[in-house]
Amino acid sequence: MNISSGSELIGACEKQGITIGEFAIRQESEETGISYEEIWNRMKEALKVMESSTSKGVSEKVISVSGLIGGDAYKMGKYLKEGRSVGGSVTTRAMAYALACSEVNASMGKIVACPTAGACGILPAAVMTMKEEHGIGEKDIILGLFAAGAVGAVIAQNATISGAEGGCQAECGSAAAMAACAIVQMMGGTPGMCLDAGAIVFKNTLGLVCDPIAGLVEVPCAKRNAQGVLSAIGAADMVLAGVESRIPFDDTVEAMYSIGRAMPESLRETGIGGLAGTAAGKILAKRIFGEK
Amino acid sequence: MQKKYGIFDIIGPVMIGPSSSHTAGAARIGRIARLIAGSEIVKADFILHGSFSKTYRGHGTDRALVAGILGMLPDDDRLRDSMDLAKEAGISISFREGSLGDVHPNTVRIDMTLADGEIISVTGSSIGGGAVLITRIGDEDVQFTGNYPTLLITHTDSPGVVAHVTRLLYEASINIAFMSVFRSQRGKSATMIFETDENIPEGTLEKLKDVSGVGGIRFLPVASDSLSYPVTT
Repeated sequence: MNISSGSELIGACEKQGITIGEFAIRQESEETGISYEEIWNRMKEALKVMESSTSKGVSEKVISVSGLIGGDAYKMGKYLKEGRSVGGSVTTRAMAYALACSEVNASMGKIVACPTAGACGILPAAVMTMKEEHGIGEKDIILGLFAAGAVGAVIAQNATISGAEGGCQAECGSAAAMAACAIVQMMGGTPGMCLDAGAIVFKNTLGLVCDPIAGLVEVPCAKRNAQGVLSAIGAADMVLAGVESRIPFDDTVEAMYSIGRAMPESLRETGIGGLAGTAAGKILAKRIFGEK
Repeated sequence: MQKKYGIFDIIGPVMIGPSSSHTAGAARIGRIARLIAGSEIVKADFILHGSFSKTYRGHGTDRALVAGILGMLPDDDRLRDSMDLAKEAGISISFREGSLGDVHPNTVRIDMTLADGEIISVTGSSIGGGAVLITRIGDEDVQFTGNYPTLLITHTDSPGVVAHVTRLLYEASINIAFMSVFRSQRGKSATMIFETDENIPEGTLEKLKDVSGVGGIRFLPVASDSLSYPVTT
Protein backbone atom coordinates (compact mmCIF):
# COMPACT_ATOMS: atom_id res chain seq x y z
CA MET A 1 0.00 0.00 0.00
CA ASN A 2 1.09 3.52 -0.72
CA ILE A 3 0.47 4.44 2.90
CA SER A 4 3.43 4.65 5.18
CA SER A 5 1.83 4.72 8.62
CA GLY A 6 -1.32 4.33 10.66
CA SER A 7 -1.69 8.07 11.13
CA GLU A 8 -1.43 8.59 7.37
CA LEU A 9 -4.10 5.92 6.91
CA ILE A 10 -6.47 7.67 9.33
CA GLY A 11 -5.77 11.02 7.67
CA ALA A 12 -6.51 9.69 4.19
CA CYS A 13 -9.76 8.04 5.31
CA GLU A 14 -10.96 11.14 7.19
CA LYS A 15 -10.15 13.39 4.24
CA GLN A 16 -12.25 11.26 1.92
CA GLY A 17 -14.89 10.48 4.52
CA ILE A 18 -14.61 6.71 4.04
CA THR A 19 -13.83 3.67 6.17
CA ILE A 20 -10.41 2.00 6.25
CA GLY A 21 -11.91 -0.96 4.40
CA GLU A 22 -13.26 1.18 1.58
CA PHE A 23 -9.96 3.04 1.34
CA ALA A 24 -8.08 -0.27 1.14
CA ILE A 25 -10.09 -1.57 -1.81
CA ARG A 26 -9.66 1.68 -3.74
CA GLN A 27 -5.91 1.71 -3.05
CA GLU A 28 -5.53 -1.91 -4.05
CA SER A 29 -7.41 -1.32 -7.29
CA GLU A 30 -5.36 1.78 -8.07
CA GLU A 31 -2.03 0.09 -7.38
CA THR A 32 -2.66 -3.16 -9.23
CA GLY A 33 -4.88 -1.98 -12.07
CA ILE A 34 -7.36 -4.72 -11.12
CA SER A 35 -11.02 -3.69 -10.99
CA TYR A 36 -12.84 -2.88 -7.74
CA GLU A 37 -15.24 -5.73 -8.39
CA GLU A 38 -12.53 -8.31 -8.96
CA ILE A 39 -10.74 -7.28 -5.79
CA TRP A 40 -14.01 -7.47 -3.89
CA ASN A 41 -14.68 -10.99 -5.21
CA ARG A 42 -11.20 -12.09 -4.29
CA MET A 43 -11.88 -11.19 -0.66
CA LYS A 44 -15.25 -12.91 -0.90
CA GLU A 45 -13.42 -16.10 -1.87
CA ALA A 46 -11.09 -15.70 1.10
CA LEU A 47 -14.14 -15.28 3.35
CA LYS A 48 -15.58 -18.55 2.03
CA VAL A 49 -12.43 -20.38 3.07
CA MET A 50 -12.60 -18.69 6.48
CA GLU A 51 -16.18 -19.88 6.87
CA SER A 52 -15.33 -23.45 5.98
CA SER A 53 -12.28 -23.64 8.23
CA THR A 54 -14.12 -22.24 11.26
CA SER A 55 -17.13 -24.50 10.87
CA LYS A 56 -15.15 -27.64 10.04
CA GLY A 57 -13.10 -27.62 13.22
CA VAL A 58 -16.17 -27.11 15.40
CA SER A 59 -18.45 -29.66 13.76
CA GLU A 60 -15.92 -32.50 13.72
CA LYS A 61 -12.82 -33.53 15.65
CA VAL A 62 -9.90 -32.38 13.54
CA ILE A 63 -6.54 -33.87 14.54
CA SER A 64 -3.15 -32.46 13.51
CA VAL A 65 -0.68 -34.36 11.36
CA SER A 66 1.67 -34.88 14.31
CA GLY A 67 -1.20 -35.80 16.63
CA LEU A 68 -0.09 -33.12 19.07
CA ILE A 69 -3.33 -31.13 18.95
CA GLY A 70 -6.90 -31.60 17.82
CA GLY A 71 -10.50 -31.87 18.94
CA ASP A 72 -10.41 -28.80 21.20
CA ALA A 73 -12.57 -26.68 18.91
CA TYR A 74 -15.11 -29.49 18.87
CA LYS A 75 -15.13 -29.49 22.69
CA MET A 76 -15.61 -25.72 22.76
CA GLY A 77 -18.44 -25.93 20.25
CA LYS A 78 -20.21 -28.51 22.40
CA TYR A 79 -19.65 -26.39 25.50
CA LEU A 80 -21.10 -23.39 23.69
CA LYS A 81 -24.29 -25.30 22.92
CA GLU A 82 -24.64 -26.34 26.55
CA GLY A 83 -24.83 -22.66 27.50
CA ARG A 84 -22.62 -22.97 30.59
CA SER A 85 -19.94 -20.57 29.35
CA VAL A 86 -18.39 -18.25 31.93
CA GLY A 87 -17.59 -15.51 29.43
CA GLY A 88 -20.82 -15.78 27.45
CA SER A 89 -21.49 -16.99 23.95
CA VAL A 90 -19.44 -14.29 22.16
CA THR A 91 -16.12 -15.21 23.75
CA THR A 92 -16.78 -18.94 23.72
CA ARG A 93 -17.77 -18.92 20.07
CA ALA A 94 -14.79 -16.78 19.14
CA MET A 95 -12.36 -19.12 20.89
CA ALA A 96 -14.01 -22.18 19.36
CA TYR A 97 -13.59 -20.71 15.88
CA ALA A 98 -10.00 -19.63 16.45
CA LEU A 99 -9.09 -23.11 17.68
CA ALA A 100 -10.98 -24.59 14.73
CA CYS A 101 -8.92 -22.76 12.11
CA SER A 102 -5.69 -23.59 13.90
CA GLU A 103 -6.61 -27.26 14.02
CA VAL A 104 -7.66 -27.34 10.38
CA ASN A 105 -4.35 -25.69 9.52
CA ALA A 106 -2.33 -28.21 11.55
CA SER A 107 -4.21 -31.09 9.90
CA MET A 108 -3.17 -29.88 6.43
CA GLY A 109 -6.60 -28.47 5.71
CA LYS A 110 -7.36 -25.32 3.74
CA ILE A 111 -7.02 -21.95 5.47
CA VAL A 112 -6.35 -18.31 4.72
CA ALA A 113 -3.03 -17.09 6.11
CA CYS A 114 -4.00 -13.81 7.83
CA PRO A 115 -1.41 -12.53 8.18
CA THR A 116 0.30 -15.92 8.57
CA ALA A 117 -0.78 -19.56 8.74
CA GLY A 118 0.31 -19.70 12.38
CA ALA A 119 -2.13 -16.91 13.27
CA CYS A 120 -4.82 -17.97 10.80
CA GLY A 121 -7.58 -18.42 13.41
CA ILE A 122 -7.89 -14.94 14.87
CA LEU A 123 -9.41 -12.83 12.09
CA PRO A 124 -11.82 -15.53 10.81
CA ALA A 125 -12.95 -16.17 14.40
CA ALA A 126 -13.58 -12.45 14.89
CA VAL A 127 -15.64 -11.92 11.72
CA MET A 128 -17.63 -15.16 11.96
CA THR A 129 -18.48 -14.39 15.58
CA MET A 130 -19.60 -10.90 14.56
CA LYS A 131 -21.78 -12.44 11.89
CA GLU A 132 -23.45 -14.93 14.17
CA GLU A 133 -23.64 -12.98 17.41
CA HIS A 134 -24.30 -9.50 16.04
CA GLY A 135 -25.88 -10.20 12.66
CA ILE A 136 -23.23 -8.38 10.65
CA GLY A 137 -23.95 -8.83 6.94
CA GLU A 138 -21.56 -10.10 4.29
CA LYS A 139 -20.86 -6.68 2.78
CA ASP A 140 -19.74 -5.24 6.11
CA ILE A 141 -17.73 -8.36 6.89
CA ILE A 142 -15.84 -8.05 3.62
CA LEU A 143 -15.19 -4.37 4.27
CA GLY A 144 -13.97 -5.38 7.74
CA LEU A 145 -11.55 -7.85 6.18
CA PHE A 146 -10.19 -5.13 3.91
CA ALA A 147 -9.71 -2.89 6.95
CA ALA A 148 -7.81 -5.70 8.65
CA GLY A 149 -5.71 -6.15 5.51
CA ALA A 150 -4.83 -2.47 5.37
CA VAL A 151 -3.79 -2.41 8.99
CA GLY A 152 -1.78 -5.60 8.51
CA ALA A 153 0.00 -4.03 5.55
CA VAL A 154 0.94 -1.02 7.66
CA ILE A 155 2.33 -3.37 10.33
CA ALA A 156 4.26 -5.46 7.78
CA GLN A 157 5.66 -2.37 6.09
CA ASN A 158 6.86 -0.77 9.31
CA ALA A 159 7.72 -3.82 11.39
CA THR A 160 7.25 -7.53 10.71
CA ILE A 161 4.53 -10.18 10.69
CA SER A 162 6.99 -13.06 10.91
CA GLY A 163 7.43 -15.07 14.10
CA ALA A 164 10.98 -15.90 13.11
CA GLU A 165 11.74 -12.19 13.00
CA GLY A 166 9.57 -10.72 15.78
CA GLY A 167 8.15 -13.54 17.90
CA CYS A 168 4.47 -14.39 18.39
CA GLN A 169 3.64 -10.73 19.07
CA ALA A 170 4.35 -10.19 15.36
CA GLU A 171 2.04 -13.02 14.26
CA CYS A 172 -0.79 -13.44 16.79
CA GLY A 173 -0.31 -9.86 18.01
CA SER A 174 -0.64 -8.46 14.51
CA ALA A 175 -3.58 -10.76 13.70
CA ALA A 176 -5.37 -9.63 16.86
CA ALA A 177 -4.70 -5.96 16.10
CA MET A 178 -6.10 -6.51 12.60
CA ALA A 179 -9.15 -8.31 14.01
CA ALA A 180 -9.76 -5.52 16.54
CA CYS A 181 -9.80 -2.96 13.71
CA ALA A 182 -12.21 -5.10 11.72
CA ILE A 183 -14.58 -5.46 14.69
CA VAL A 184 -14.58 -1.73 15.47
CA GLN A 185 -15.28 -0.86 11.85
CA MET A 186 -18.08 -3.45 11.62
CA MET A 187 -19.65 -1.92 14.75
CA GLY A 188 -19.57 1.56 13.23
CA GLY A 189 -16.43 2.98 14.84
CA THR A 190 -14.30 5.64 13.13
CA PRO A 191 -10.92 4.91 11.47
CA GLY A 192 -9.22 6.50 14.47
CA MET A 193 -11.10 4.20 16.84
CA CYS A 194 -10.11 1.19 14.71
CA LEU A 195 -6.43 1.96 15.10
CA ASP A 196 -6.83 2.75 18.79
CA ALA A 197 -8.20 -0.78 19.22
CA GLY A 198 -5.18 -2.11 17.32
CA ALA A 199 -2.89 -0.12 19.58
CA ILE A 200 -4.53 -1.53 22.72
CA VAL A 201 -4.08 -5.07 21.39
CA PHE A 202 -0.39 -4.50 20.77
CA LYS A 203 0.06 -3.03 24.24
CA ASN A 204 -1.35 -6.25 25.64
CA THR A 205 0.55 -8.67 23.42
CA LEU A 206 3.98 -7.02 23.39
CA GLY A 207 6.77 -9.36 24.33
CA LEU A 208 4.95 -12.53 23.34
CA VAL A 209 7.58 -14.99 22.20
CA CYS A 210 7.36 -17.64 19.50
CA ASP A 211 8.26 -20.94 21.17
CA PRO A 212 6.49 -23.78 19.38
CA ILE A 213 7.00 -27.36 20.52
CA ALA A 214 9.10 -29.24 17.97
CA GLY A 215 8.94 -26.16 15.76
CA LEU A 216 5.42 -27.08 14.67
CA VAL A 217 2.50 -24.66 14.32
CA GLU A 218 0.51 -26.43 17.05
CA VAL A 219 1.50 -25.97 20.71
CA PRO A 220 1.02 -23.26 21.93
CA CYS A 221 -0.13 -21.66 18.65
CA ALA A 222 -3.74 -22.89 18.63
CA LYS A 223 -4.50 -21.58 22.13
CA ARG A 224 -2.68 -18.33 21.38
CA ASN A 225 -5.06 -17.89 18.47
CA ALA A 226 -7.96 -18.33 20.91
CA GLN A 227 -6.38 -15.78 23.23
CA GLY A 228 -5.72 -13.42 20.33
CA VAL A 229 -9.35 -13.11 19.35
CA LEU A 230 -10.30 -12.42 22.98
CA SER A 231 -7.75 -9.63 23.04
CA ALA A 232 -9.31 -8.20 19.87
CA ILE A 233 -12.84 -8.35 21.28
CA GLY A 234 -11.72 -6.75 24.56
CA ALA A 235 -9.89 -3.91 22.82
CA ALA A 236 -12.85 -3.29 20.51
CA ASP A 237 -15.23 -3.06 23.45
CA MET A 238 -12.97 -0.63 25.28
CA VAL A 239 -12.69 1.64 22.25
CA LEU A 240 -16.41 1.46 21.45
CA ALA A 241 -17.06 2.48 25.07
CA GLY A 242 -15.03 5.60 24.43
CA VAL A 243 -11.69 4.52 25.89
CA GLU A 244 -8.69 5.95 24.02
CA SER A 245 -5.17 4.62 23.66
CA ARG A 246 -2.62 6.97 25.18
CA ILE A 247 0.07 5.47 22.92
CA PRO A 248 -0.74 5.88 19.22
CA PHE A 249 -0.92 2.82 16.96
CA ASP A 250 2.27 3.62 15.04
CA ASP A 251 4.26 3.83 18.27
CA THR A 252 2.96 0.43 19.41
CA VAL A 253 4.03 -1.06 16.07
CA GLU A 254 7.47 0.45 16.50
CA ALA A 255 7.65 -0.94 20.04
CA MET A 256 6.63 -4.39 18.81
CA TYR A 257 9.38 -4.30 16.18
CA SER A 258 12.10 -3.13 18.54
CA ILE A 259 11.11 -5.76 21.12
CA GLY A 260 11.11 -8.41 18.39
CA ARG A 261 14.61 -7.50 17.34
CA ALA A 262 15.78 -7.65 20.92
CA MET A 263 14.43 -11.18 21.37
CA PRO A 264 17.03 -13.93 21.39
CA GLU A 265 16.85 -16.33 18.46
CA SER A 266 15.84 -19.15 20.81
CA LEU A 267 12.48 -17.38 21.24
CA ARG A 268 11.83 -16.69 17.56
CA GLU A 269 10.29 -19.79 16.00
CA THR A 270 13.31 -22.01 16.47
CA GLY A 271 11.61 -24.47 18.82
CA ILE A 272 14.45 -24.08 21.32
CA GLY A 273 13.51 -21.72 24.15
CA GLY A 274 10.38 -20.89 26.13
CA LEU A 275 7.75 -23.63 26.21
CA ALA A 276 9.71 -25.66 23.66
CA GLY A 277 12.60 -25.76 26.10
CA THR A 278 10.58 -27.03 29.07
CA ALA A 279 10.73 -30.64 30.25
CA ALA A 280 7.26 -31.35 28.85
CA GLY A 281 8.08 -29.55 25.61
CA LYS A 282 11.21 -31.61 25.08
CA ILE A 283 9.39 -34.87 25.80
CA LEU A 284 6.69 -34.02 23.25
CA ALA A 285 9.28 -33.03 20.66
CA LYS A 286 11.18 -36.24 21.22
CA ARG A 287 8.02 -38.25 20.76
CA ILE A 288 7.31 -36.51 17.45
CA PHE A 289 10.83 -36.75 16.08
CA GLY A 290 11.13 -40.29 17.40
CA GLU A 291 8.28 -41.35 15.14
CA LYS A 292 10.40 -40.91 12.01
CA MET B 1 13.23 1.77 0.55
CA GLN B 2 10.24 0.80 2.66
CA LYS B 3 8.84 -2.68 2.13
CA LYS B 4 5.49 -2.70 0.35
CA TYR B 5 2.60 -5.06 0.93
CA GLY B 6 -0.70 -5.43 -0.89
CA ILE B 7 -3.94 -6.37 0.88
CA PHE B 8 -3.72 -9.98 -0.34
CA ASP B 9 -0.17 -10.38 0.87
CA ILE B 10 -1.76 -9.95 4.31
CA ILE B 11 -5.16 -11.67 3.86
CA GLY B 12 -3.74 -14.64 2.02
CA PRO B 13 -2.55 -16.83 0.58
CA VAL B 14 -5.39 -19.32 0.63
CA MET B 15 -3.41 -22.47 1.27
CA ILE B 16 -3.25 -25.94 2.71
CA GLY B 17 -1.63 -25.68 6.17
CA PRO B 18 0.23 -25.72 8.36
CA SER B 19 3.01 -23.35 7.34
CA SER B 20 3.22 -20.77 4.57
CA SER B 21 6.97 -21.20 4.25
CA HIS B 22 7.22 -24.94 4.93
CA THR B 23 4.07 -26.05 3.10
CA ALA B 24 2.78 -23.45 0.61
CA GLY B 25 6.27 -22.31 -0.41
CA ALA B 26 7.41 -25.92 -0.77
CA ALA B 27 4.50 -26.70 -3.08
CA ARG B 28 5.37 -23.69 -5.21
CA ILE B 29 9.01 -24.74 -5.55
CA GLY B 30 7.89 -28.23 -6.57
CA ARG B 31 5.51 -26.84 -9.15
CA ILE B 32 8.08 -24.49 -10.67
CA ALA B 33 10.54 -27.41 -10.85
CA ARG B 34 7.95 -29.41 -12.75
CA LEU B 35 7.41 -26.55 -15.18
CA ILE B 36 11.16 -26.26 -15.70
CA ALA B 37 11.44 -30.01 -16.33
CA GLY B 38 8.75 -29.52 -18.95
CA SER B 39 8.13 -33.18 -19.64
CA GLU B 40 7.19 -36.37 -17.90
CA ILE B 41 9.00 -36.92 -14.60
CA VAL B 42 9.57 -40.54 -13.60
CA LYS B 43 11.66 -39.96 -10.50
CA ALA B 44 12.15 -37.07 -8.08
CA ASP B 45 14.85 -37.02 -5.43
CA PHE B 46 14.64 -34.25 -2.85
CA ILE B 47 17.63 -33.01 -0.88
CA LEU B 48 16.38 -30.97 2.09
CA HIS B 49 18.55 -28.33 3.71
CA GLY B 50 18.40 -26.54 7.08
CA SER B 51 14.99 -26.03 8.65
CA PHE B 52 13.42 -27.97 5.77
CA SER B 53 15.45 -31.02 6.75
CA LYS B 54 14.66 -30.73 10.46
CA THR B 55 10.90 -30.21 10.40
CA TYR B 56 9.70 -31.42 7.03
CA ARG B 57 7.49 -34.24 8.25
CA GLY B 58 5.55 -32.25 10.82
CA HIS B 59 5.01 -29.41 8.38
CA GLY B 60 4.06 -31.63 5.48
CA THR B 61 6.94 -30.16 3.47
CA ASP B 62 7.49 -33.56 1.87
CA ARG B 63 3.86 -33.91 0.77
CA ALA B 64 3.80 -30.30 -0.45
CA LEU B 65 6.94 -30.74 -2.57
CA VAL B 66 5.55 -33.89 -4.15
CA ALA B 67 2.19 -32.15 -4.74
CA GLY B 68 4.09 -29.43 -6.58
CA ILE B 69 5.89 -31.98 -8.72
CA LEU B 70 2.45 -33.35 -9.61
CA GLY B 71 1.44 -29.84 -10.71
CA MET B 72 -0.75 -28.91 -7.74
CA LEU B 73 -1.08 -25.39 -6.43
CA PRO B 74 -0.66 -24.63 -2.70
CA ASP B 75 -4.42 -24.53 -2.13
CA ASP B 76 -5.14 -27.92 -3.70
CA ASP B 77 -7.19 -30.16 -1.38
CA ARG B 78 -5.37 -33.23 -2.70
CA LEU B 79 -2.03 -31.91 -1.40
CA ARG B 80 -2.06 -34.04 1.74
CA ASP B 81 -2.53 -37.22 -0.35
CA SER B 82 0.24 -36.39 -2.80
CA MET B 83 2.45 -39.35 -1.83
CA ASP B 84 -0.24 -41.83 -2.83
CA LEU B 85 -1.02 -39.88 -5.98
CA ALA B 86 2.66 -39.92 -6.98
CA LYS B 87 2.73 -43.66 -6.48
CA GLU B 88 -0.36 -44.05 -8.66
CA ALA B 89 1.28 -41.88 -11.31
CA GLY B 90 4.33 -44.16 -11.24
CA ILE B 91 6.73 -41.48 -10.01
CA SER B 92 9.34 -42.72 -7.58
CA ILE B 93 10.14 -40.34 -4.75
CA SER B 94 12.98 -40.11 -2.27
CA PHE B 95 13.97 -37.66 0.44
CA ARG B 96 17.26 -37.09 2.14
CA GLU B 97 18.71 -34.47 4.43
CA GLY B 98 21.85 -32.70 3.31
CA SER B 99 23.75 -29.44 3.26
CA LEU B 100 23.34 -27.33 0.16
CA GLY B 101 25.95 -24.81 1.25
CA ASP B 102 25.48 -21.19 2.27
CA VAL B 103 21.81 -20.93 1.33
CA HIS B 104 18.51 -19.89 2.96
CA PRO B 105 17.45 -22.23 5.83
CA ASN B 106 14.41 -23.41 3.87
CA THR B 107 16.07 -24.71 0.73
CA VAL B 108 15.56 -27.85 -1.33
CA ARG B 109 17.29 -29.32 -4.35
CA ILE B 110 15.09 -31.43 -6.58
CA ASP B 111 16.76 -33.88 -8.94
CA MET B 112 14.19 -34.92 -11.51
CA THR B 113 14.71 -37.86 -13.83
CA LEU B 114 12.70 -37.60 -17.04
CA ALA B 115 11.26 -40.41 -19.12
CA ASP B 116 14.20 -40.19 -21.57
CA GLY B 117 16.73 -40.53 -18.74
CA GLU B 118 17.75 -36.87 -18.63
CA ILE B 119 18.25 -35.49 -15.12
CA ILE B 120 17.27 -31.89 -14.37
CA SER B 121 18.18 -30.38 -11.04
CA VAL B 122 16.38 -27.35 -9.58
CA THR B 123 17.22 -25.60 -6.30
CA GLY B 124 14.79 -23.24 -4.60
CA SER B 125 14.29 -21.48 -1.28
CA SER B 126 11.07 -20.71 0.54
CA ILE B 127 11.76 -17.21 1.78
CA GLY B 128 8.66 -16.47 3.86
CA GLY B 129 4.90 -16.11 3.58
CA GLY B 130 4.82 -18.63 0.74
CA ALA B 131 7.13 -16.60 -1.48
CA VAL B 132 9.95 -18.54 -3.15
CA LEU B 133 13.18 -17.94 -4.99
CA ILE B 134 14.59 -20.36 -7.55
CA THR B 135 18.37 -20.13 -7.23
CA ARG B 136 19.87 -22.84 -9.42
CA ILE B 137 18.95 -24.87 -12.49
CA GLY B 138 21.43 -27.57 -13.42
CA ASP B 139 24.88 -25.99 -13.16
CA GLU B 140 23.65 -22.43 -13.66
CA ASP B 141 22.98 -19.99 -10.83
CA VAL B 142 19.75 -18.12 -11.45
CA GLN B 143 17.35 -15.97 -9.48
CA PHE B 144 13.62 -15.59 -10.02
CA THR B 145 10.42 -15.76 -8.00
CA GLY B 146 7.80 -17.38 -10.21
CA ASN B 147 5.46 -14.46 -9.49
CA TYR B 148 5.53 -13.46 -13.14
CA PRO B 149 5.54 -15.32 -16.44
CA THR B 150 9.22 -16.27 -16.67
CA LEU B 151 11.34 -16.91 -19.72
CA LEU B 152 14.63 -18.77 -19.23
CA ILE B 153 17.08 -18.83 -22.10
CA THR B 154 20.47 -20.49 -22.13
CA HIS B 155 22.76 -18.96 -24.70
CA THR B 156 26.36 -18.42 -25.69
CA ASP B 157 27.96 -15.48 -23.93
CA SER B 158 28.48 -13.31 -27.00
CA PRO B 159 27.45 -9.79 -28.05
CA GLY B 160 24.05 -9.30 -29.63
CA VAL B 161 22.14 -12.30 -28.29
CA VAL B 162 20.39 -10.35 -25.54
CA ALA B 163 19.56 -7.50 -27.94
CA HIS B 164 18.09 -9.91 -30.46
CA VAL B 165 15.91 -11.57 -27.83
CA THR B 166 14.64 -8.30 -26.34
CA ARG B 167 13.77 -7.04 -29.83
CA LEU B 168 11.59 -10.09 -30.45
CA LEU B 169 9.84 -9.52 -27.09
CA TYR B 170 9.32 -5.87 -28.01
CA GLU B 171 7.84 -6.85 -31.36
CA ALA B 172 5.34 -9.09 -29.52
CA SER B 173 4.41 -6.15 -27.23
CA ILE B 174 5.71 -7.96 -24.17
CA ASN B 175 6.69 -5.74 -21.29
CA ILE B 176 9.71 -6.91 -19.32
CA ALA B 177 9.23 -6.40 -15.56
CA PHE B 178 12.63 -7.77 -14.52
CA MET B 179 15.58 -9.04 -16.49
CA SER B 180 18.88 -10.60 -15.51
CA VAL B 181 21.78 -12.38 -17.14
CA PHE B 182 23.92 -14.95 -15.34
CA ARG B 183 27.12 -16.20 -16.86
CA SER B 184 29.25 -19.04 -15.55
CA GLN B 185 32.30 -18.32 -17.69
CA ARG B 186 33.16 -15.45 -20.02
CA GLY B 187 32.55 -16.32 -23.65
CA LYS B 188 30.98 -19.67 -22.78
CA SER B 189 27.44 -20.32 -21.67
CA ALA B 190 25.07 -17.95 -19.91
CA THR B 191 21.43 -17.78 -18.84
CA MET B 192 19.10 -14.86 -19.31
CA ILE B 193 15.92 -14.58 -17.36
CA PHE B 194 12.96 -12.38 -18.18
CA GLU B 195 10.03 -11.86 -15.84
CA THR B 196 7.29 -10.35 -17.95
CA ASP B 197 3.87 -8.77 -17.50
CA GLU B 198 2.27 -10.82 -20.27
CA ASN B 199 2.37 -14.47 -21.22
CA ILE B 200 4.58 -15.11 -24.22
CA PRO B 201 2.77 -16.49 -27.28
CA GLU B 202 3.88 -19.73 -28.89
CA GLY B 203 4.88 -17.95 -32.12
CA THR B 204 7.33 -15.71 -30.29
CA LEU B 205 8.83 -18.68 -28.45
CA GLU B 206 9.43 -20.36 -31.81
CA LYS B 207 11.16 -17.27 -33.16
CA LEU B 208 13.31 -17.05 -30.04
CA LYS B 209 14.53 -20.61 -30.59
CA ASP B 210 15.95 -19.58 -33.98
CA VAL B 211 18.01 -16.70 -32.62
CA SER B 212 21.70 -17.33 -33.27
CA GLY B 213 23.48 -18.22 -30.03
CA VAL B 214 20.34 -19.34 -28.20
CA GLY B 215 20.56 -22.84 -26.78
CA GLY B 216 17.55 -23.91 -24.73
CA ILE B 217 14.35 -22.05 -24.01
CA ARG B 218 12.01 -22.64 -21.12
CA PHE B 219 8.87 -20.65 -20.53
CA LEU B 220 7.03 -20.82 -17.22
CA PRO B 221 3.52 -19.37 -17.43
CA VAL B 222 2.37 -17.78 -14.20
CA ALA B 223 0.36 -19.98 -11.87
CA SER B 224 -3.19 -18.88 -11.25
CA ASP B 225 -2.95 -19.28 -7.49
CA SER B 226 -3.35 -16.61 -4.89
CA LEU B 227 0.40 -16.61 -4.31
CA SER B 228 1.10 -15.52 -7.85
CA TYR B 229 -0.31 -12.12 -7.13
CA PRO B 230 2.56 -9.71 -7.79
CA VAL B 231 4.39 -9.06 -4.56
CA THR B 232 6.20 -5.77 -4.27
CA THR B 233 8.99 -5.84 -1.76
